[in-house]
Amino acid sequence: MKFIAEINVMPQKEILDPQGKAVKLGLHNLGIDDVSDVRIGKHITMALDADSEADAQQRVETACSKLLANMIMEDYTYTLKEG
Amino acid sequence: MKFGVVVFPGSNCDDDTVYTLRVNLGQEVVKLWHKDHDLQGCDFVILPGGFSYGDYLRTGAIARFSPIMNEVIAHANRGGYVMGICNGFQIVAEAGLVPGVLLRNSSQRYICRNIYLNPQSKSTILTGGLDRSAYKIPIAHGDGRYFADEDTLKSLNDNDQVLFRYCDENGLITEAANPNGSLENIAGVTNAGKNVFGMMPHPERASDPALGNADGRFILEQLLAVTA
Repeated sequence: MKFIAEINVMPQKEILDPQGKAVKLGLHNLGIDDVSDVRIGKHITMALDADSEADAQQRVETACSKLLANMIMEDYTYTLKEG
Repeated sequence: MKFGVVVFPGSNCDDDTVYTLRVNLGQEVVKLWHKDHDLQGCDFVILPGGFSYGDYLRTGAIARFSPIMNEVIAHANRGGYVMGICNGFQIVAEAGLVPGVLLRNSSQRYICRNIYLNPQSKSTILTGGLDRSAYKIPIAHGDGRYFADEDTLKSLNDNDQVLFRYCDENGLITEAANPNGSLENIAGVTNAGKNVFGMMPHPERASDPALGNADGRFILEQLLAVTA
């Protein structure tokens, strides 16, 4: 079975995100003054073959926790669908 | 003692590191290709600076899974010495060989300039014999902001695992002397076993008299205290 995982990796809330801060300033300069917070992460799509949804989920979990996100500084969420 | 300098795709301080060890310190040194599985009998492995794998995903994150890292991690777990400088620090942190992680500089800028280091730990071979309160060493990084959670930070301090803190030229550890927003001005840390070292500044770029600053040599010379 073929699956597509859509993964979001975000910096943890308590960690300063200087990129988001710089972009917030840019948005203010653009005249969008009411933006109070911007945080920037990564969106990763991953196509994979697996025997079952549970099998695919396990692989995505391993990929996220071992490589795609560093749990000291980031959190991840994902959705998995057949594709 | 035999040194090995690992070369990843994108390493760019490997030659500087080899030169310093060979020419300035007179040591036997070999380069270790990242795809190999052989440390060639090296006693001390150094992961040099650079932009391994283009710094894609996170700095050091992909290099950490290079084939030779299996042997480097096994060497470290046996108590063998490993040192990561700059990108090498990011790699040993990603590999979990030292605690914490390196985040984007708080200024969001790449910083390339001399800073001063105050040696901290009295119980490591790298810093225990350093008697000055400020060593002038260059940094060159975009992701050098050391971060660890509160418990990790406490255990680093309690176990004397902080190698260096950023300071001013008089050795004072101040907010103004912190170039990148690192927690508690931390510029380098070691593991619990004190055989794996990670530091962002580049002592190998300040070890030859021709460069006009040889403070880095005092730091790297400490490694020679290791008897193979």
